[in-house]
Amino acid sequence: MQVPAYVEYEKATSVEHALALLARFGPEARILAGGHSLIPMMKLRLAQPETLVDINGLSELSYLTVTGGELRIGALTRHAQLLADPAVGGQFAILHDAEQVIADPVVRNWGTIGGSLCQADPSEDLSAAFAALKATMVIQHPGGSRTVPARDFHTGPYETVVAPGELLTEIRIAIRPGGGSAYAKVGRRAGDWPVGAAGAAVWLDGPDGGHIADAGIGLTAVGAEHFAAAEAEEFLRGAPATEDSFARAGQIAAEHCHPVSDQRGPAGYKRHLAEELTIRSLRRAAARAQNGA
Amino acid sequence: MQITVTVNGTGYAREVEARLLLIHFLRDELRLTGSHWGCDTSNCGACVVWLDETPVKSCTVLAAMADGRRVRTVEGLAHGDELDAVQRGFAECHGLQCGFCTPGMMLTARWLLDHRPDPSAAEIREALSGQLCRCTGYENIVRSVQWAARHEAAARAADGDDAR
Amino acid sequence: MSATNSAYGPVRRKEDARFLRGVGTFVDDIALPGMLHGAVLRSPLAHARIVSVDTTAAEAHPKVRAIITGEVLEQRKLAWMPTLSQDVQAVLATDKVRFQGQEVAFVVAEDRYSARDALELIDVAYDPLPVVVDATRALDPGAPLIRDDIAEQPGNHIFDWSAGDPAATDAVFAAADVVVTQDMLYPRSHPAPLETCGAVADMDPVSGKLTVWCTSQAPHAHRTLYSLVAGLPEHKIRIISPDIGGGFGNKVPIYPGYLCAIVGSMLTGQPVKWVEDRSENLMSTAFARDYHMHGEIAATRDGRILGLRARVLADHGAFNGSAQPTKFPAGFFHIFTGSYDLQAAYCEVTGVYTNKAPGGVAYSCSFRIAEGVYLVERMVDRLAAELGMDPAGLRMKNLLRPEQFPYTGPTGWEYDSGNYPQALRLALDLAGYPELRREQAEKRERGEYMGIGLSFFTEGVGAGPRKHMDILGLGMNDGADLRVYPTGKAVLGISVQTQGQGHETTFAQLVAQELGLSPDDVEVVHGDTDRTPFGLGTYGSRSTPVSGAAAVVVARKVRERARLIAAAMLEAAPGDLEWDGGRWQVRGDPEQGRTIAEIAMAARSSLELPDGVEGHLDAETVYNPPNLTFPYGAYICVADVDPVTGEVTLRRFVAVDDCGVRINPMIVEGQVHGGLADGVGMALMQVISYDEEGNCLGGSFMDYLLPTSLECPSWELGATVTPCPHHPVGAKGVGESATVGSPAAVVNAVVDALRPFGLQHADMPLTPANVWCAIQGRPVRPDLAIK
Repeated sequence: MQVPAYVEYEKATSVEHALALLARFGPEARILAGGHSLIPMMKLRLAQPETLVDINGLSELSYLTVTGGELRIGALTRHAQLLADPAVGGQFAILHDAEQVIADPVVRNWGTIGGSLCQADPSEDLSAAFAALKATMVIQHPGGSRTVPARDFHTGPYETVVAPGELLTEIRIAIRPGGGSAYAKVGRRAGDWPVGAAGAAVWLDGPDGGHIADAGIGLTAVGAEHFAAAEAEEFLRGAPATEDSFARAGQIAAEHCHPVSDQRGPAGYKRHLAEELTIRSLRRAAARAQNGA
Repeated sequence: MQITVTVNGTGYAREVEARLLLIHFLRDELRLTGSHWGCDTSNCGACVVWLDETPVKSCTVLAAMADGRRVRTVEGLAHGDELDAVQRGFAECHGLQCGFCTPGMMLTARWLLDHRPDPSAAEIREALSGQLCRCTGYENIVRSVQWAARHEAAARAADGDDAR
Repeated sequence: MSATNSAYGPVRRKEDARFLRGVGTFVDDIALPGMLHGAVLRSPLAHARIVSVDTTAAEAHPKVRAIITGEVLEQRKLAWMPTLSQDVQAVLATDKVRFQGQEVAFVVAEDRYSARDALELIDVAYDPLPVVVDATRALDPGAPLIRDDIAEQPGNHIFDWSAGDPAATDAVFAAADVVVTQDMLYPRSHPAPLETCGAVADMDPVSGKLTVWCTSQAPHAHRTLYSLVAGLPEHKIRIISPDIGGGFGNKVPIYPGYLCAIVGSMLTGQPVKWVEDRSENLMSTAFARDYHMHGEIAATRDGRILGLRARVLADHGAFNGSAQPTKFPAGFFHIFTGSYDLQAAYCEVTGVYTNKAPGGVAYSCSFRIAEGVYLVERMVDRLAAELGMDPAGLRMKNLLRPEQFPYTGPTGWEYDSGNYPQALRLALDLAGYPELRREQAEKRERGEYMGIGLSFFTEGVGAGPRKHMDILGLGMNDGADLRVYPTGKAVLGISVQTQGQGHETTFAQLVAQELGLSPDDVEVVHGDTDRTPFGLGTYGSRSTPVSGAAAVVVARKVRERARLIAAAMLEAAPGDLEWDGGRWQVRGDPEQGRTIAEIAMAARSSLELPDGVEGHLDAETVYNPPNLTFPYGAYICVADVDPVTGEVTLRRFVAVDDCGVRINPMIVEGQVHGGLADGVGMALMQVISYDEEGNCLGGSFMDYLLPTSLECPSWELGATVTPCPHHPVGAKGVGESATVGSPAAVVNAVVDALRPFGLQHADMPLTPANVWCAIQGRPVRPDLAIK
């Protein structure tokens, strides 16, 4: 098995301490949370940080609470915890749909939400799920904290707006009436990174909930800017929640993504998946919203 | 750096490099070679152990992260000389062939039964879906876990009878 | 021997005790005093001249003890080693590198982390050369010449081989009503046992004895080869295969890492351990398949199959390291005639070099039978579609009939036994075939697509008769030796080496059955060349047919010797004794009898023995099988396909196997289960592909996908038993049957599901993208970079 290069190690005892350590050790220091994104990179020596700042002891960063009309997820929450939480599943089924198909049950025991988001892999399912939900990220720095919309969190493959010396601490999702969400993914095998995936969140109003007040569409692994299908969302706002609307939204989403051919499939197929999975997740999200699920 | 890890109930204090992976700490430093490794990318699960009561892939955890925590390996599955029901299930139902994936499979199965004493075949397959086996085609592994579940349920029922 | 005290049956495994407790001994578990660790530096390029190798910085690393380069090996005449196909392979590259991942240097350091660190300190300068990874381009004029180390090497051509009667086959095809042709790829795959390959080499500088613990499926063959290659006296080499975490043919060859570990031990005077990473395993060790096949089937309009033709381009990688008997460069591919009564058949195989890892015969292929079975079973389904006939009906119409056995096929195979229609009928019953077809029709009306795929296979295993079959000149006979100790406990030494097949239990059962002992009273010793008789090792499902036969023969020798001693004990004539219920007893006076245990003690006692009868119950034998054995089976796969996404879900898999007499049915079923999972993997997800620069795209388990518990359905097994007429107990072997037979069933099911879309064929692996592209009429080549 491949093994990491030499690295120094510090254990943080609080968020402030973690930030101080990051400041002290500079840009070659990396946060170590679950390690299930970072350690594999270190073993292949694709990442060679000089210092690791271990934050696994910061239990104050591991929580799932509903406060002030928002679901708040601590960044150190493990994938398994998110998947097991009934409040999360009830309000934001998209997160359960996505977690169910992220990696495997054992990896989910230790990998964290914050770690996955900060790894910023273009195939990371949660990035698209949070984009669809129009979530907000909370980033702490020594002076205080700042919030960044999920859609502005990623600046490119493996790059986020979290600056050296900063720490992602929380993800917030507003709880709005009439919502329903879903995620659909195609992989070559259980646990594989997606060939393509789409997540949708709709907020319905009108008689019988047949009118789309707002929509969010997240796309994974197909080169969608900020993991979102903004043009398709624009189309859906104010449209009826019908198969025709979903079909058109799917087409628009597919037109505006930039998939790349690789061994998972040719670009044409991935573009086709972007369309089809957008339709399927919209359909499911709308049904859930209409059933009050 | 100094770490102290409790493995199968015994505390071990050792001087290690920060980069030392937990699987190597267990195998090379503590000579507990029952946990194995089989890949470079956290896919195969041959390395699964418990870290603080939770199955993890020990090839993707630093020994340093286990400092102050408890680890359980296959060597800590039996109860003294008596095999755990999961181990007996694997023997009864031919749930192992080469034995290389077996420790990890048994530890995840043990965790599953602790939390879900009567799992369906689908639940068992889902729980083990992050761990590869090249020999058994999984069917007998599922049957082994089901055997253990039935056996433990019967033992609980018998204890219940005894208590009455 | 009465059935009630038979030692055959689902006896629980003796070897489980150590594995369940985590106290097995795999190669990486071994730690010797003073042991050092090796690591291999590998080429990042697929084809390049080596300009220079600078090890200065690495040598200065405080924990490095030795560095071996091609130049160092050249001085010892070890830079090249023979392969199992009469080619040579570089141990460490000297002139150039010929595949990505090829071994270039070897570091020996105090611990595995330092060895890995030191690799980065070795500076190799390469001069890149053009690359060829597409076998169909390897023989183009102007294709890069890979093997310029071979004098007068004709481009990248390795061999041409053929079998069958071309003229008779041409005539049959010319006269046939219907001819269907199909190109199909059996993509490069890899056995990927869960434990990677490795060795601990310990050269004792004082005694000159070399001990090597190694992940070897053929320890004796390795010992002899090391002796021939390295010039070490063979009686001073001990190869120990301890517990092995899966082999599947991947652990048959000698790999450069093993030799480097041995040289490292010689140089440092200390034991050296080398265990490869997974990426090394996938990129440089024996791959499997990579056969580009063109199949043709000829038939009458009413579905009588007349003939088969096949042309194959075999990609052997940069060195021909394929492991099959010497006289068969394409292995037993010519059994592609399958299980059918044909008038004629002909096949041609051309082997070529490419800039990829060496190998070819591995992954339970039974020496290329996997490729042949896939071809014929796809062709039969293609024919069924062409004729508008049900694939089960077409097979039933053409299967060899029991009265035709022994049957000599058009390419020379002598099948000795079989009742094929019985097996197919049983599979169809277990599957509920007519109901499945009804369900399929109903679902099609609703726009849902399920498929039913059949595969009927015959394979030839248990190589083999020494007149025809040898590996590097070593005839494929295997030995067994048996000693019965004075208290009636037995120790059986066998030359085959288990990697999970349960030999410690089944071989004990074989001997126990012959001697009236309990399997608990028979200890099976294997894997250590100092303690076991010579033989060619475990692969090609040969353990039961060859070594199993040897074990029975040697047990019967012991039993016959026991007769003579029992006669002395009972003061009877040996001819007056009969064997019954585990005793030699006087015919007509059963009270006068002795068990093997009693006889064993008496043998070693002061009992007077007749002239010429020695006082022991020991025996040995070398078994020369008269023929291969021919296990067969009928498989049925039910798949649901989403044509919009291309996703395939396997709903059911029915497998009926006939492996002759089943010594331990529990173990037999386990072997079948494992092989069926291989079929799922190969059909749906496994491929080692390369891009144009020769970069291996399947170098990790993130890219080379293996099936999990979620992709495998709950296998439904059935069995028929037609004993092998020449095997001492009628067993045939089963280790590879399911891997050989299952991929065609899965592919046939998917193609069957998508027939309404006009799909006639799609190449493995049937990933969602590949399925969807095939439906669109724009199939991708999964073995190359997808554009």
